[in-house]
Parts: sequence; C-alpha cells; structure tokens
Amino acid sequence: MTTHGEHPRRLISLLRRRGSSLAGLLSLIGLLLAPALGLAQEASSAAAVAYRDIPQLGGSRNIIWVIAQQHLLLAGFVLGVPIFAWVCEIVGWKTGEKRYDKLAKEFTKLLTSAYATTALFGGILLFLLIGFYPKLMNYLADIFFPSFVVYSALFLLETVTLYLYWYGWDTMQGGGMKVLHLFLGFLLNVFAFFIMIVPNSWATFQASPVVITEGSSLARAWAATWNPTWWPVNVHRLIANVVLGGFICGAYAGVRYLSVTTAEERDHYDWMGYVGNFIGVFGMLPLPFAGYWLMREVYQYNQQMGITLMGGFLSWLFILQAVLIGALFLGANYYFWLGITHRIPGAEAKYRKPIMAMLIILLLCLGVWMTPHSLVASLEEAQKMGGTHHPLLGVFGVMSAKMTVVNLMILVTFMSFVIYWRAGKQETATWAKVANAVMGGVLGIAAIVVIVLGVWGYFVPAIVRINTFSVAQVLIVLFVMLTITPLTAVLLRSARTTTEMVWGRMPPRAGYALVMNAVMVILLMTLMGYARSSSRVHWHIYGVMRDSSQYAYSPALGYAAAFMSLNTFMFCMLVAFIFWVATMGDQGKATGSGSKGKVPAGAFPAMAGGSPALDETGRKG
Amino acid sequence: MKRKGRALKGGALLSPAILIVGMYLFLKFVLPLFTAPLPASLIFLYLALTVTGILIFNTLSGGSMEAFFGPIFRFLSGDGQAGPMKVARLLVLILFPLLVGWQTYASTAPSDHPPAENRTIHPAPPGEFVGLSNPVPNTPENVMMGKGLFAAFCSPCHGNFDGMGPAAKGFTPPPANFVDPGTIAQLQESYVFWRIKNGGVGLPIEGMPWKSAMPRWEVELKDEQIWKIIMGEYDGAHQKPRTWE
Repeated sequence: MTTHGEHPRRLISLLRRRGSSLAGLLSLIGLLLAPALGLAQEASSAAAVAYRDIPQLGGSRNIIWVIAQQHLLLAGFVLGVPIFAWVCEIVGWKTGEKRYDKLAKEFTKLLTSAYATTALFGGILLFLLIGFYPKLMNYLADIFFPSFVVYSALFLLETVTLYLYWYGWDTMQGGGMKVLHLFLGFLLNVFAFFIMIVPNSWATFQASPVVITEGSSLARAWAATWNPTWWPVNVHRLIANVVLGGFICGAYAGVRYLSVTTAEERDHYDWMGYVGNFIGVFGMLPLPFAGYWLMREVYQYNQQMGITLMGGFLSWLFILQAVLIGALFLGANYYFWLGITHRIPGAEAKYRKPIMAMLIILLLCLGVWMTPHSLVASLEEAQKMGGTHHPLLGVFGVMSAKMTVVNLMILVTFMSFVIYWRAGKQETATWAKVANAVMGGVLGIAAIVVIVLGVWGYFVPAIVRINTFSVAQVLIVLFVMLTITPLTAVLLRSARTTTEMVWGRMPPRAGYALVMNAVMVILLMTLMGYARSSSRVHWHIYGVMRDSSQYAYSPALGYAAAFMSLNTFMFCMLVAFIFWVATMGDQGKATGSGSKGKVPAGAFPAMAGGSPALDETGRKG
Repeated sequence: MKRKGRALKGGALLSPAILIVGMYLFLKFVLPLFTAPLPASLIFLYLALTVTGILIFNTLSGGSMEAFFGPIFRFLSGDGQAGPMKVARLLVLILFPLLVGWQTYASTAPSDHPPAENRTIHPAPPGEFVGLSNPVPNTPENVMMGKGLFAAFCSPCHGNFDGMGPAAKGFTPPPANFVDPGTIAQLQESYVFWRIKNGGVGLPIEGMPWKSAMPRWEVELKDEQIWKIIMGEYDGAHQKPRTWE
C-alpha cells in the first residue's frame, strides 16, 4: 500500500517542480495542432472526404507509420509475455520452485504496465485512421463490422482476466485457488491469441483481399477474414511475439542486472536474463520456417507482390534483415557462451574449442546468409565480374543457399543450448556412451543431409526445391531437436553434478548483449513491418482500393530506414519508461532494505562498460 | 620492465592480426586468381564478420579479454612506456585520426567515378502479366521452333543460352546467362514473357537505373512466337520455370 501511495505523491511533487515546463510543453503542442485542427475542420465540410492530413506534423502517412508501429510492437510484447509467464507459473507450480512463480509474477507486472499503453496507442491509431483515411475505414468497417464487435468483446474479456490474474496472484496461491489462477492464465492466453488474429485479418485483407459481394454481412466478413495470408501471418506473429517478449524481458533483466546493488538481486536478474534469452532463442528457432511459409503464400497469392518483396525494390530490406538476424544469432549464442564460461566454473577450458568451432560455422553461414544475389558494385567492379552477379559467390544469393545456412545456424544455436545444459554435469547412465554416439550421429548426418539438399536444390526445378527440399531441411532440423532434447533430458536425470551453476557472475557485457538482442528484434519488426505494408505499393487494399492520396508512393529505402530507427528508438524509450514506472515501487522497497548482501563498491562498474572485477572472479572461479 | 614486456609481447593479438590480414589478402588477391575479383562491399562484409568473430571469441572470458585488450589498452595509455614504444604510440595517436580524416574526405569528396549501384534486377511485372501461363502446347515441335527463333533473334547476345553471344561483350551489364540457376530458373514463364515482350524500355520505375539493352520484341514477334522462344530457352538451358504445381 505504501508503494501504491507513493505514485500520486511523486506525481504531485513532479508537477510542482516541473509545472511551468509541462505547461509550456502543452502550449507548444496546442500551438502545433492549431493549424492542423483548422485543416481538419475545413476538410470535414467537403461532401465525401477521402483523406485528411496534418502536414505540419510530418503528414498523415508518417504519423500513422509511427503510431501503428508503436502499437504493434507494444501489442507484440503484451501478447507474447503472457505465454511464457503462464508457462513459468506452471513450471513453478509443478516443481515447487518459488523462483519460477516469482519470475512469472515479474513478467506479468511488466505486462500490466504495458497493457494500458498498448490500448492507448490502439485508441490513438483508430482515431487517426478514422480521421486521416475515412474512405478506407468506411470500406473496412462495412466488411469487418461483425469482427469489430467480436474484437471489442475480446478486449473486455482480456482486460477482466488480466485484472483477475494479476491482482489475484498472491491471494490465489494455495491448493485449488492456484489451479484457478492457472486457468485464468490459460484464458488470458486464449483471449490474447484471438485479440491478435482478429486485427491480423484486417491487415492481411489489405494485402490479399477476398471480396464477396453476395451473402450476409457475417458471410462477407468471414470470407474476408479467411484471406490467403491470414494464417501465415497469424503463425509468424505469434512466434515473433514470443521472441520479442523473451528478448525484451531479457533486456529488462540485463538492465536491472547492470544496476542492482545486492548479490541476491544480481543472482535473480542474471537468472531472469538467462530465461529471457532462452525464450527468445526458443522462439527464434522456428521463426525462419514461419517466415518462409508466409513468403511462399505471398508469392503464390500474387507473383507481383512476391517479386516486389523478394526480388524488386524491397529486396534490399531482406539484406538488412539478414544482417539483423545474423546479429541476433551471434548475440544469442554469445550470451549462451558467456554463460558457459562464467556461470560454470572451470568450463571455459573444456568448451573453448567447441565454442570456437560453433563460432566459425556460424560466421561461415552468416557470410553466405548476408551475401546478396546482386552485389553492390562500382561500374569498374561490375565490369570485372561480368555484371552484378559474382560468377562464384553469386550462387550464395538464392534461396537454396539461404535455406541451407539458416538451418545450419539453427542447429548451431540449438547445440549451444545443449552444451550449456550439459555443462558441469557428468553422465552416470550405463548407456550414456551409446546415447552420445546416437546424438552425435543424428547431428552430423542431419547437417550433411541439409547441405546436400541445399546443393542439390540448384539442379532441380524451383517447385521441387520449395515444396520438397526446403520442407525436408526444416523437418530434419526439427527431428534433430525432437531427438536430442528428450534424450539429453533423460540422460541428465541420472547425471552427477560436478560443478554447480553459479548465478550472478556474468560480466556486464552479457547485460549489454541482452539489450542488443532486444534492439535487434525491435529493428527487425520495424523493418519487416515496413516491408509487409509497402508490398501493397500504391494500394490501400491490394487490387481493390487504390491509394489516391499525395502519399501514394514508396519512400526511398534510406528514408524508410530512418523511420525504422526512429520507431525503434521511440519504442525503447517507451518500454524504458513503462518499466521504470512498473519498478518504482521496488526501488522504494530497496531503499529501505538496508545494505545486507550489497555488492562491494567498485566491484561492478557496469554502466561504465567494464567489469574487471567480475571477469576476475569469473576466472578465479 | 615486466609491464613493458607484457605490452610488447601481446601474443593474443598476433593471431587475430594475422587472421584479418590473411583474410584480406585471400579475398583481394588469391580468390581473383580463380574467379572474378570481389567488389569492395563484399570484402568489407566478410572482413566485418571476421573482426566480429575475433571480438566474440576473445571476450568470452575475463582471461581472454585481458589477453586481447590488455596490450591495446596498455599501449594506448602509454603507462610506463619509453623509447620506441613511446614513439610508436605517438605515431598511432597522430596517424590514426589523420587516417580517419582522409577516409572521410575520400568518401565524401566529389569524384568522377560513378557511384556503386544497387540495381534492382527483378522488378515486379505489371499486373496484366501476372498469372499468365504459356498457351502454346509443350510439344517437341514447338520446342524446336522456339529454339530456332531463339537462334535467330536471341543468340547474337545470349549465345548458346549462356549469355556469351558474339555481341555480348558490347554490353554492360552483359546479357543474362540462362544456364545459371539464379536467372530464369527462379522465374515464372509469365515474367520471362513480360521481359521479352516489353524489353528494357518496358521496365518499371522501380527497376532504375535502367540498364538493359533488351529490345522490345513485341514490335517484331507475335506473342505465340515469344511463348515458343520461352519453351526453347528453358529446354536449351536445362532449366525448368518456377511453378506452383
């Protein structure tokens, strides 16, 4: 209660201190909006307004771009976090380990703070869309009105469930009440899933519309909802939300880890960072498959749209995507490897060579992954190459090569996790040698088959590669994961722990790696958000309603990249603010908790970027 | 003296330095012995990956980080340095900013060299060409007729489907090599039909800069002849068009 009471007092105090500045800021906003409001009024006097604009604030398209992206990113976080918060709660309930329950509660705390902001941005987005694009919104409302009603009902249910889930956490701890709480978590996820897929139908309808002129309004809405890209986007976004949520929670833990003052908190946030990274990686592994399916459906739906995305002017975005995904794979693996060398004393010497091997494979794969089909070359260089395709390395530019290396990178990342999992343990089972041989064999054969299929893919018709080889590569990688994971779990059940994992020993660069991973994921989402939206080119609804506004052109890639960066920066600031507000109460508690267990002064100069002390302890350990 | 010795030693720095220099020499000078030279953008990409790998590996533990960065920090701080090392440090501190300045100037100063381009090779086709399928039956006779038309109209530039026709050397970029699995094998027949029919002048604005000398064949050939050429082209290049069935 004390902490809740703190907030209004702080706000009043802030208003007293900064009252004049805030008043000035509000006046400035009013001044900026004044001409815009004038314009809006002028426009509304016309008989049928198709567009409105606020050019003084950057134009309607740019405003929508920013607000929609912020809403989408917040929504991704809000819909992704309940999934693993609930899973953590179940783990805590089944194992009896309180730390999982605490972690789930902490995730949910971030969720409650972000939920209201998401809804706020959703509201702003809706008002702006109605204001800026009345013709389009009329059309969409005419088709999707039944799902608007469903969406509103879902929001109500989600809100009530979230309130009960969060505020009932401490009360519903024992016996049957805990089961009820878990059921609430389940409901929260069910409603969240539907809250995601309903608006997805509106957005995907714009890209791949299915319009029927006959039938009831329900039948029209249903047909429009089941458009060709709806389910690929649903699956892709569901997985991406888990990745975003995991890495943002990891980044939150990373920042808290860098700033905590007690050893207990440091242990906790180190562990939370590990869980966040694990969830992010766990989601990242199937994400390329989902992305591949989505692009395949886009191509199949409309060749023009597919080529615009993957071969046309938007294809350079996919090179940027490759760089960002590459950074993400490196960041996630780096964090695993730091965990092996710092949390498991004595493991560094044992695993240095395997880590080096994995790093080299990862870098080779990234080299192929990032090599474009058409290279950026000067006139002179292009003449020497005989065009913008390199005669030797040009083969890396097509999907056969990309699919092969992404599958190998997934295998390497999976093995990083398995090594981390097994480090510090010695198998005692009599069949351990056989199991290890089987696992090694499965991994080796799978890697060879993935490469063989990749090379073979150049010599078969595209449809065979797309429908058979690429699918086989994915299934092989999934088979490896589904074989090695349970086998390792069974093997480790009887294993002897030779070295206990020590939490709180990670150097500050691990925290920075977690933050970098989150930034990469946000950048990726802003990048692909732009790609998905731009693939409609000059159509509001592809092939149905043309964009006839002054903004019916695709911005230059540099301009778009600047907006992606702006959106990423704004979202990071927004999340930082939300988390700051969410943890204000904890800071108040920590102030009064005394100095017990404090980290020695000078031992943790984390924010300055160095950690000689921790590196030292890690080495000694 | 012990400190100075450690700074001079810097063993952990030697192998990364050799690796970076070796990689650069390989990409810049060795690889072109067997194939075409790599553009600077690709060399930069591969070197950036190499440096990233070195940084990752050498910061995995406190020990490796100290072994890698320790000599650099000690050298740059100048703590306890004397003689040649002191001079070397001064030279680095003077020359490095000059190098950065020169690089900045060189990359921004006006030049008569055309800029590196990121040409869109496969712009999206106009809507009316999307989804077209080859109306000509795929019979041996039609394929043979297509090959004949190809020999008459296309081979002067595209050669024996390999982009090495007698006129090929006159064009930059050179005519497409259909045997390369990265060209027509990636495309649907409707796309190839559009490119033959409308040629370089029919490229949309997103295909800029327009660097295609492909004639507008609709002026000289009927649609049926173009479809036959497409059949002959795929057959001659031993490729199959992209399909969804």
